[in-house]
Amino acid sequence: MRTSPRNLFDKVWDAHAVRQLANGQTQLLIGTHLIHEVTSPQAFSMLRDLGLSVAMPHRTFATVDHIVPTDRQTEPFSDPLADAMIKALRKNCAEHGITYFDLASGRQGIVHMVGPEQGITQPGTTIACGDSHTSTHGAFGAIALGIGTSQVRDVLATQTMALGRLKVRRINVEGRLGPGVYAKDVILHIIRTLGVNGGTGFAYEYGGAVFDRFSMEERMTVCNMSIEGGARVGYVNPDETTFAYLKGRPYSPAGAAWDEAVARWRGFASEAGCHYDDVVTIQGAEIPPTVTWGINPGQGISITEAIPDPTRTAAPDEKAAIEEALAYMKLTAGAPIKGTKIDVAFLGSCTNARLSDFKEVAKYLKGRHVSPGVKAIAVPGSQIVGKLCAELGIDRVFREAGFDWREAGCSMCLAMNPDKLVGDQLCASSSNRNFKGRQGSPTGRTLLMSPLMVAAAAVTGSVADAREVFGIAKN
Amino acid sequence: MPLAKLTSITGRGVTVPGNDIDTDRIIPARFLKSITFDGLGEGLFFDARKATAAAGQVHPLDDARFRGARILLSGANFGCGSSREHAPQAIQKFGFKAVVAESYAEIFFGNATTIGLPCVSAARADIARIEAAIAAHPEMEITVDLAAQVIRFAVQTVKLTMRDSARDALVHGRWDSIGELLEGREAVIATASQLPYLAVPQK
Repeated sequence: MRTSPRNLFDKVWDAHAVRQLANGQTQLLIGTHLIHEVTSPQAFSMLRDLGLSVAMPHRTFATVDHIVPTDRQTEPFSDPLADAMIKALRKNCAEHGITYFDLASGRQGIVHMVGPEQGITQPGTTIACGDSHTSTHGAFGAIALGIGTSQVRDVLATQTMALGRLKVRRINVEGRLGPGVYAKDVILHIIRTLGVNGGTGFAYEYGGAVFDRFSMEERMTVCNMSIEGGARVGYVNPDETTFAYLKGRPYSPAGAAWDEAVARWRGFASEAGCHYDDVVTIQGAEIPPTVTWGINPGQGISITEAIPDPTRTAAPDEKAAIEEALAYMKLTAGAPIKGTKIDVAFLGSCTNARLSDFKEVAKYLKGRHVSPGVKAIAVPGSQIVGKLCAELGIDRVFREAGFDWREAGCSMCLAMNPDKLVGDQLCASSSNRNFKGRQGSPTGRTLLMSPLMVAAAAVTGSVADAREVFGIAKN
Repeated sequence: MPLAKLTSITGRGVTVPGNDIDTDRIIPARFLKSITFDGLGEGLFFDARKATAAAGQVHPLDDARFRGARILLSGANFGCGSSREHAPQAIQKFGFKAVVAESYAEIFFGNATTIGLPCVSAARADIARIEAAIAAHPEMEITVDLAAQVIRFAVQTVKLTMRDSARDALVHGRWDSIGELLEGREAVIATASQLPYLAVPQK
């Protein structure tokens, strides 16, 4: 019997669909559940209230990331609320027999770094976590879903959740990226093109020559921000790059089981001629270094463009959105974004705090110095990344350039720890959200960009074209 | 305890205008620093309300005319951003029983449905009509009728839309899926047994 070619989403979905629920949704088996300190304590309380236990503790993995201070990770934390949260997580994990990568483990970090590093994130699996950036794990060819706390409870208690099937949009990025253009620019460009709600109801499947060449870390950067485009899930089909990354990791299959796993994983990839609900193709060469100027991740422009002018649009919605954003951002319509003075440079977050991000920046940062008056912090996404950077002398390059080199955590991406903007500081940030107040000050301002663009802004004191600052030929 | 069948919600309305209202705006991250959902109502739109007051204006949620409103109206892509259930929890704990907006971000919509906070969609022009009626008569009651799929206000009726699975779950009192998920235990074990990566590791 020949079945018609299927895409990865459908194959993984069908392998994990338990049954149909009364309201028409599917009871979907969640193979891997990742938890952290912010969205799990209430779920554990609900379990206790209902007299339920954790269904598959061996498929539940925890770490602590959002609230961890990055200057010194030592406990007790100065913030009593944060201290209560880490203690609650530790207690809940011990009580239910859940593997917990604690501060002392040497493997703690942002939950979306830890899964891949440990080899927990694998192709053909379903993954859920009470965090919208769970889409990151899709880079391995998994269906990875951000969920709320009641669903964390559902997954803890049943290892399943209720969900309706998503449509699949294939996004091809063909050709090559220009010099000084990175994975971050690719996703900012996609969101700018398709809109912050363009992905509602869709899983994004990323492919094409650019993704074929991308490293796993680059794929993770793109998948991470799928949610910023409204897509709950983003993924890349598993290939040799995926398998090479996973080989030898602590939770990866080993020996004969490895070969079996690779064969199985290969079988999950979308087949030629499979159905997509939509297909979008973008030429890599047309993607510029991109920077946001507004208050959502879709409000991005090329580094060479001017800040949008609300009087130049006929669409009333767009006009209102530009006006609101400019008023909050205190930026001038029609002015070049290049040259906008910054106060803070933040290099970190689950989008861009992996070894390759720091390595790439260090290449250009050597011998340069952070501009006077700019506060620059570099926060590795995990203890492992921090350790590798130290072994390679990358931390020293950052320190000598005037960056504060920190310990692992989410840090100033959402400022649930002490790392916050003050007043209306403007921050060049490698993170994923530029919402009003996102970085901890109700009037703080965020410009999203690639790590190298953050470095360029740090050394010049203003938004800059990294290609010019670091002498990268534009083609 | 059986869940309430949410077939119809009646109450006064208030509008927080705008598109792409994100969950950081609905509940700023610092209010997430807790191991419970208690007290989240006070944090609802906290920074936006403070900024409005600082500018010498009154935020709709602080406007005495709309005090006690039970139905929140807004624009497109409401609840985008973070997956924090704290956002619908804050809306519910503030006292809202339903949301009427042009459209919703996916995770927010699911989170709200699961806690029994109906999020219905309506056409922009219809939302504008409801808003105009509220502005003229803040004491006016609005009925979000999930069973009949309409919103009634003054003497007018407009159409509402909602994903079938969510509407079904709300009107039949099965919006919290935990009970039904637990019932599927045998089927879960059968599905899991087909997936090698779910096997309990050998010590």
